[in-house]
Amino acid sequence: MNWIQKITSSIRIEGTAKKNIPEGLWGKCDSCSAILYKPELEKSFWVCPKCDNHMKIGARQRLVFFLDKTSETEIGSEVQPQDALKFKDLKKYKDRLGQAQKATGEKDALVAMSGKVNGVPVVAAAFDFNFMAGSMGSVVGERFVRAANVALSQKVPFICFSTSGGARMQEALFSLMQMAKTSAVLAKLSQEGIPFISVLTNPTTGGVSASLAMLGDINIAEPNALIGFAGPRVIEQTVRQKLPDGFQRSEFLLEHGTVDMIVDRREMRETIAQVVAMLQNKPSPDVKHLPSAV
Amino acid sequence: MDLNFLEFEQPIAELEAKIEELRYVGNDNDLNIGEEITQLQAKSKQLTKQIFSNLSPWQISQIARHPRRPYTLDYIEHIFTEFNELHGDRAFADDPAIVGGIARIEGRPVMVIGQQKGRDTKEKIRRNFGMPQPEGYRKALRLMKMAERFNMPVMTFIDTPGAYPGIEAEERGQSEAIAKNLFEMSQLKIPVICTVIGEGGSGGALAIGVGDRVMMLQYSTYSVISPEGCASILWKSADYASTAAEVMGITSERLLELGLIDEVIKEPLGGAHRKPENMAGIIRRALVRSLADIESMPVQGMLDKRYERLMAYGTFKC
Repeated sequence: MNWIQKITSSIRIEGTAKKNIPEGLWGKCDSCSAILYKPELEKSFWVCPKCDNHMKIGARQRLVFFLDKTSETEIGSEVQPQDALKFKDLKKYKDRLGQAQKATGEKDALVAMSGKVNGVPVVAAAFDFNFMAGSMGSVVGERFVRAANVALSQKVPFICFSTSGGARMQEALFSLMQMAKTSAVLAKLSQEGIPFISVLTNPTTGGVSASLAMLGDINIAEPNALIGFAGPRVIEQTVRQKLPDGFQRSEFLLEHGTVDMIVDRREMRETIAQVVAMLQNKPSPDVKHLPSAV
Repeated sequence: MDLNFLEFEQPIAELEAKIEELRYVGNDNDLNIGEEITQLQAKSKQLTKQIFSNLSPWQISQIARHPRRPYTLDYIEHIFTEFNELHGDRAFADDPAIVGGIARIEGRPVMVIGQQKGRDTKEKIRRNFGMPQPEGYRKALRLMKMAERFNMPVMTFIDTPGAYPGIEAEERGQSEAIAKNLFEMSQLKIPVICTVIGEGGSGGALAIGVGDRVMMLQYSTYSVISPEGCASILWKSADYASTAAEVMGITSERLLELGLIDEVIKEPLGGAHRKPENMAGIIRRALVRSLADIESMPVQGMLDKRYERLMAYGTFKC
C-alpha cells in the first residue's frame, strides 16, 4: 500500500464509521455551514462554536436553556387560539394554526414559565419564530399578560425573549390591540417597581418591536439580530436606496442608543441573573445552578 | 372623470354634471328649468343614498383616503377655538406629519393632537403623507404629558397610512417611540378621547390611539395593515386588496360589532368631504358628550376602566 492509498483508506474508514451514527445527531450552522455535533450545540445553546452565529431556537427550548434545572412551571398554557374572524387568505387561518401547531408542538407563538435563574426567582416568556413567524395575536397577548401578572403578584422580575415578524394579520385589529394590551401591563409592572428585561433576538420587527420588546427597563440584544420597526424590504421599497451594511442589526441599535447591551446567548443566564438581582436589591446570585437543558 | 367623485360614484357625478349644465343654461335664458333641476337633485340624492347604503369595505377605504376628505387641521378649525399649535419634540425636530396644540372646545381648554396629511403636492411632501417620524410621536407624548400636568383632557385625531418606514426613522427608534406612547397613554391621569377620522394605519395610528374612548367616523378605516399590504403578503399580489379589506374587517361598523371601538360617528350623506362643517359639528358634539361621560367617573375609576378595557382585548379559548 503506498502512502496515498493509506490516506484514502483511512478516510473511507471514517466515512463508514459515520454511517453508524444515528441520523439527526449532526446540525449545520446556517451562517458558516460548519457541520456540528448536536450534543455540543445543545451545550453551547445553539450558538455556532466556529463563528458565534446565534441560531434560531424554539420558545420552549429557549426557556429550558434559560431557567434553572427543575424550577419551571408553565403559565397560560390554558389560553389557546380561536379563529373569531373566520379569516381566510390563500389558506384558512384555522389550517395555518393547525400546521404551526404540528410543526412546533406549541398551541401558539408564546410560551411562558415561572422559575429561577441562578437561584433568582423570575417569570420568563419566549416567542417561537417557527409558529407563524412568532406573530402576536390574542393568545400571545393574553399569555404575556398572565405571565406579567404572575411576576406582579410574586414581585419577581419579568423577562421576555422576543422574536417575531409583528402583529398577526389573520387576527386583524385584535392583533393590533395586543400592542396596547402588552404595553399597558408593562406600565403596571413599572408602577410597582417590578423589573422588565426585554431580550431581542433574531428577528424582532413590526408590532412586537413597537410595543413590549422596546419597553424593557433594560433592553438586551443577542449579537447580530435583526431588530426594527419596518422590515428591510419594506424600507428599501419606500426609500428606493440600498440599505447600509449592518443596518438594523444589534450593533447598529447599540450605536443608536436603542438597546442597553449586546449579550452572547451563552452568557445570558449569568448577565440577567446579575442585573435583576441588583435591580431588586438582592444578594448576588448563586452561580452553581445548572440550566434545565444540562 | 370628476376627481371629486370616486369610481363607484360616477353615476352620481354624471347626474351632478347634468344639473350644473342645466343651471348654466338656466342662467342664460328665461326658460323655467328650476323644476327639472329640483327633480334631478332629488334623483341624485336618492342615488347617493342607494350607493352609500351598500358600500364594500374596499369602497369605504377609498372614501377614508378621498383627496377631499377633511384632515385634522380642517376639523380643528371648525371644532375648537383659540388653537395654538405647539411644535417639536424638544430633542430632535418638529415633525409636520403630527400637529398638536392647546385649544378650547366649547370654552374648555384641551390638548389636541392628530396626524396631518397634505392637500397639494408640496404640502403632501412636507407632511410626509401623514406618516410620522419618531419625533412626531415624541412630540405627541410631550404634549400629552403636558396636558396631564395642567389637567387638560387630550383629544386625538387619527389619520395616517402608518408610521414612516425609513432609514432615519429606524435610526431614531421608530419602534421605541410608538411603544413608549402605548405605555404612557395607558396611564395618563386625564381623559383621552381618540377619533379615527380617515385612515387608521396600524401601529402608527395606535401610537396616538390608546384612550378612554375610541370613536371612528362612519367611513374611516382602522386596521393592522393596509389592505394592499395584507394582500401582497398573504395573497402575494396587491390586486387582492379588496378581498383583504373584506376579511380583515376594517370598517367602523364591523369594528363596533367586534367590540374593538366604542362609537361610530355618522357622516353626512356622501361622506364627510361633502359637508365638512356639518361633520365638524357632529364630531364636536360627540367629543363633548364623551368627555362628560368619562368625567362622570373619578380619576382612579377612569384609569381602572381604561386598563380593564385594554386587558379585555383579544379572542381566545380558555
